Amino acid sequence: MAISRQDVEKVAILSRLQLSNEELATMSQQLAQIIGYVDHLAQVDTEGVEPMAHAIERSNILRDDCPQESLSREEALANAPHHNSLGYLVPAVLGE
Amino acid sequence: MLMSILQRTACELLRSLEAGELLSVELTQACLERIRATDHRVQAFLRVHEASALEQAAAVDARRAKQQSVGRLAGLPVALKDLLCQRGELTTCASRMLADFRPPYDATVVAKLKAADAVLLGRTNMDEFAMGGSTESSAFQVTRNPWDLERTPGGSSGGAAACVAAGMVPLSIGTDTGGSIRQPAGLCGIVGMKPTYGRVSRYGLVAFASSLDQIGPLANSVEDAALLLEVIAGHDPRDSTSLDDPVPAYSTSVNQPLNGLRIGVAKEHFAAGLDTEVEQAVRAAIQVYESLGAKVQEISLPHGKHGVATYYVIAPSEASSNLARYDGAHYGYRTNEQELLQELAAERKILQAAGDQHGLDELDSALVRMYRRTRAEGFGPEVKRRIMLGTYSLSAGYYDAYYLKALKVRRLIRQDFDRAFEQVDLIAGPITASPAFKLGELADDPLSMYLVDLYTVSANLAGIPGLCLPCGQTHSGLPIGLQLQAPILQEERLLRGARMFEQATDWHKLRAKL
Repeated sequence: MAISRQDVEKVAILSRLQLSNEELATMSQQLAQIIGYVDHLAQVDTEGVEPMAHAIERSNILRDDCPQESLSREEALANAPHHNSLGYLVPAVLGE
Repeated sequence: MLMSILQRTACELLRSLEAGELLSVELTQACLERIRATDHRVQAFLRVHEASALEQAAAVDARRAKQQSVGRLAGLPVALKDLLCQRGELTTCASRMLADFRPPYDATVVAKLKAADAVLLGRTNMDEFAMGGSTESSAFQVTRNPWDLERTPGGSSGGAAACVAAGMVPLSIGTDTGGSIRQPAGLCGIVGMKPTYGRVSRYGLVAFASSLDQIGPLANSVEDAALLLEVIAGHDPRDSTSLDDPVPAYSTSVNQPLNGLRIGVAKEHFAAGLDTEVEQAVRAAIQVYESLGAKVQEISLPHGKHGVATYYVIAPSEASSNLARYDGAHYGYRTNEQELLQELAAERKILQAAGDQHGLDELDSALVRMYRRTRAEGFGPEVKRRIMLGTYSLSAGYYDAYYLKALKVRRLIRQDFDRAFEQVDLIAGPITASPAFKLGELADDPLSMYLVDLYTVSANLAGIPGLCLPCGQTHSGLPIGLQLQAPILQEERLLRGARMFEQATDWHKLRAKL
């Protein structure tokens, strides 16, 4: 399947990446090349083959749901680019 | 004294430490001196923790002097790849995104190394977020191969392999998602091992592709790798994919040769594209096994040729999901907010002037633009490419054709191994088709860089353990690696089989001249 420049722009939005025109051009060309290579998977006969998401397929691992020691608020916020000691701060979402 | 210390294996050094013939402070000083003398050329380390390493070494020496109990690696310096969380220490993943990130906790592997009284010497360079095969995608520096400074050490654990190969440290920890321990070990002429998926806890390992990532040892000998694996392996309630199976005493059993060993050689591993010198060295290595009494048998891994395509759908898909966490809000880099608001205001003005209502409706909110600018500025080109590729493979309309299809081919690759291991105990073959390539050679050609992973990705997709050890050199003096692979959880067999070769040959004793 060929990938168009429009596809690449759409994927950049889904990926939450802001790409320059130059980056979009390079990316379109490189992704087309990589996807062109990957396309040979279509020729593999996988009739009746179950998908394998994990190499070691074990059943669900459960544990009791009980509170344990966790990071303090101070530690959890220590790496935040912007915080007010109570929570993370981000640009206003409402009222633009 | 310095070189004589650093030419010894970790096991030999440990015996000297235990016998009181060598102090950990002396050993650590020797490593630091070697780093000072050579690392400005190799650039394996991102940061050297000189003061804390010497403190840890002195503390171990003091406890030994008082005959107090010490851990399994007491006093041995170990280097850590820069994507394992170490409490309070920078953990950057060689990315601008995490240039200032200091984790508030230790990865389980780091905690185990501390409990074993290892001396944590510093953090090694890597491809950004472990995405790459040459260590050139690091945002900070390019690591060089100690055997030829114009060439790549491989990647993504390029720093982890180069520092051991250059004699800066006896042991190091890497991670392997598609070959990132075994390939650099091969290109740098040392031993590197990817354990079974789940053998080592991934808690505190910054995630790239969660169903493929695995932590493992890099060392100068198979015996050393066995010792380090024994310390880091085991079940961890904090990683529900870690396997709750007992950890064998690898470091003890490694010296017992395997009787009646059956070695499988896949005809597909010797197809067109394999370098002649590499082929000769690997075939000679297989003859060594025959001379040791092993039975060599041809096997077939027919789906291996689809490994790279399968991997470059699955790994980027998982990466695109895992790396969604870098949003500029919780930790890591964030774009300049003033500039982003100005940028949006300017765009809105243009759209308004043009009466473009559709454009105005589609315009990013300030929060979304914050994400997009942050990620555009924080990630390098290879990481962006993989996020894009993964997002594409998972997006509506393409999911069945790419992601789901790749998961099915993944099972076929695993079934090839299952069938092969009904007939043989280990599979032997090349680790890469050619020796170390020149820096910059593949930098603008991502697909060619991906194809370097031909022989390594299948083990990750199948979850089986794989090991690379030195088995020769090219006429120009570049190391050649032999890859051995074993069934799920057969690390013991893998290490014992590798040790047999090592004891019969001298390739592991060669050291890069720097």
